[in-house]
Amino acid sequence: MSEQAPIEKQEYNITVYTENHVGLLNRIAMIFTRRKINIDSLNVSPSEIEGIHRFNIVINETEEVVSKIARQIEKQVEVLKVYYNTNEDVIWQEMALYKVPTDIIAEKAKVERLLRENGARAVVIRKDYTVFETTGHREETDNLIKVLQPFGLIEFVRSARIAIIKGSDGFNRKLREFERAEPGQDAIENEFLNSRDKVFTM
Amino acid sequence: MLTQEKQAPALPETDTMISGSQALLHALSVEGVDTIFGYPGGAIMPIYDALFDFPGNMKHVLVRHEQGGIHAGQGYARASGKVGVVFATSGPGATNLITGLADALIDSTPLVCITGQVFAHLLGTDAFQEADVIGITTPVTKWNYQVTDATEIPEVLAKAFHIARTGRPGPVLIDITKNAQLQKFAFQGYKRCDHIRSYRPKPIVRKEYIERAAELINSAQKPFVLWGQGVMLGAAEQEFREFLEKSGIPAAWTIMGAGALPSDHPLNVGMLGMHGNYGPNVMTNECDVLIAIGMRFDDRVTGRLDKYAKQAKIIHLDIDPAEIDKNVKTTVPVWGDCKETLPLLTQLVEKKQHAEWLAKFREFEQQEIDAVIREELFPTSGEMTMGEVIQQLNELTKGEAIIVSDVGQHQMVACRYAKLNHTRSNITSGGLGTMGFALPAAIGAKFGAEDRTVVAVIGDGGVQMTIQELGTIMQSGVDVKILILNNQFLGMVRQWQELFHERRYSFVDIQSPDYVQVAKGYGISGRSVNQRADLNDALKEMLEHPGSFLLEVMVTKENNVFPMVPQGCSVSEIRLK
Ligand SMILES: Cc1ncc(C[n+]2csc(CCOP(=O)(O)OP(=O)(O)O)c2C)c(N)n1
Ligand SMILES: [Mg+2]
Repeated sequence: MSEQAPIEKQEYNITVYTENHVGLLNRIAMIFTRRKINIDSLNVSPSEIEGIHRFNIVINETEEVVSKIARQIEKQVEVLKVYYNTNEDVIWQEMALYKVPTDIIAEKAKVERLLRENGARAVVIRKDYTVFETTGHREETDNLIKVLQPFGLIEFVRSARIAIIKGSDGFNRKLREFERAEPGQDAIENEFLNSRDKVFTM
Repeated sequence: MLTQEKQAPALPETDTMISGSQALLHALSVEGVDTIFGYPGGAIMPIYDALFDFPGNMKHVLVRHEQGGIHAGQGYARASGKVGVVFATSGPGATNLITGLADALIDSTPLVCITGQVFAHLLGTDAFQEADVIGITTPVTKWNYQVTDATEIPEVLAKAFHIARTGRPGPVLIDITKNAQLQKFAFQGYKRCDHIRSYRPKPIVRKEYIERAAELINSAQKPFVLWGQGVMLGAAEQEFREFLEKSGIPAAWTIMGAGALPSDHPLNVGMLGMHGNYGPNVMTNECDVLIAIGMRFDDRVTGRLDKYAKQAKIIHLDIDPAEIDKNVKTTVPVWGDCKETLPLLTQLVEKKQHAEWLAKFREFEQQEIDAVIREELFPTSGEMTMGEVIQQLNELTKGEAIIVSDVGQHQMVACRYAKLNHTRSNITSGGLGTMGFALPAAIGAKFGAEDRTVVAVIGDGGVQMTIQELGTIMQSGVDVKILILNNQFLGMVRQWQELFHERRYSFVDIQSPDYVQVAKGYGISGRSVNQRADLNDALKEMLEHPGSFLLEVMVTKENNVFPMVPQGCSVSEIRLK
């Protein structure tokens, strides 16, 4: 298998456009669990088009595995389109919340500097605790944990990743194509044959 | 059987109040359903109540177990090319369908299964006979959907049939809560579905790939075609034959593809895979261009993948893009319906004969005949072999019958040796290898192809898994020939224990009841033979008997199926002994 994609595992961002259908989340999740692949992050949200959902899934795998998974997802009846991208090809963010005891943090930390340096802000300040929020890449949200740990970090939570594909011009045009009973000659669905070894878009 | 005019009842007028159950039955009749395999129960009673006096000729076959029902639906679909329809109740009725759903998914069989479900307001309360049917069936269906409101029924059923039969076919399950079956609503007509925006079953064929494939084929010295069930699913038998006859390329089949080209066609060089023929396996690693048509490179076909056809350029024609590059990396992917892609390819390939190359296959065949086949098909002494039973059957049916096989040694023997003149004549559980498949599938096959002789070839193990379906045969009066090849063993497992586990025969020694007595209990005639001298007469009696007949043939106990590609070996390491 010499002409195959790189064999090292890395993070891939899988973007899935779907209909809004009960049970589809399960159907998509099973594609991973069946192959014993861990989903590192999963976010379901609306997309730029009303009624169409967008899944952002992050896994750490080889390109070969990711491309096969992508085809299995796209095979599901209610899935419109699947893309997968490396971290370089997307703009991505995760949000994190940190709860710390107000008395310690106010007394011992230079709060203002801490917030500035970490691009964080305080969302809630109460007598007993304070909640900070920051948004960024994994290293950034992780870093603030380290900073806050000495001040008695009480609770931490990080959101799923959301990602925008740098090279995408959205889904509107493609959807119109799908809605036609007879798609045109340059039908969208054959794209994967064009850029077969690069990006899966079918 | 009387050939009745199949007349669908007229659809109710728009705005007529009908129940969800009636809407369901109207949907089935518009979709052309003539046979339903099912079993009633609490949560599906409103549908059965509507079925009781539903006008028209829709038959309902009462099976003895829902697994039997779904395998019958599969047999019906495989024999007829139509969608099989199955009814089951909630909870245990639905869970009994799972094996058949998994089997139908992996073997791409179009089914629409209707399950009853508890009232919508009881969902999630652990109600009596409630099971999470959508959850349980998700990994084993092409699509599933739960209906909780009767107004959804026409559209959902239309989608179900469209999804089941188009693209790569597969099983669909619709779970309908009891309130939706009872609910009356103003019927707005039934419109068949031909487009779902998120589902594109058929791609547009790309000419440049056809051209590249044709170039490769035209420059090939040693081209080799492998075909699978896709040829039949695409109803492309004729197009396939024209492609072969023009290009002159030898072709071998997977067990799911058997019959798409007649057994005795000069370009048919035999069966692929673990117990396939010698030549096709060896030549896979000799050819220069491998053309795979409607097959998915299952591990039972490829053996060790990293030693599979490495020397060859690979052209893969398939309708399912997820199959392309899945197991074997292709040089030229031809994604599309082979009914469309094959004629385009035929236009571009040069008319050729690969006489020398073909002769090589025949040389290997001769070696296989000398080492294995002659002894298996024409033994003159010792106990009977499975092969000679199939051989004698061939002589009597002349290859005209539908052969439904179960799983095990007898399956491999039936697939290897059964003569098939027609397409859709070899019905077997290929991908899942489901013991117990054959008896119910044969029942379904007969309903799907009423003017054909249907012979179920079953082992003494497998027949005991779904033997209750003799009751279905009794009650429906369907004419199925049941041929039990009794080696008094779970033979295929015993063979592996002999070859790979130092003959430690762990729990493969299976006892059988007196099958002739059992059949008799169901009002089915039967006979058991253990002498070669009686075999021909017994087979004749079975075939000529008006109605179903069970024939048990006692065969030699410790025969092995050869050739064999041992697990983990390359196809070229196929063993003759
Ligand atoms: C439902 C199921 N359980 C277990 C198996 C494993 N298995 C494969 S072949 C076989 C033996 C089949 O015995 P029999 O029906 O007598 O056929 P034979 O091989 O003897 O011809 C078994 C147990 C299976 N394929 N399916
Ligand atoms: Mg046996």
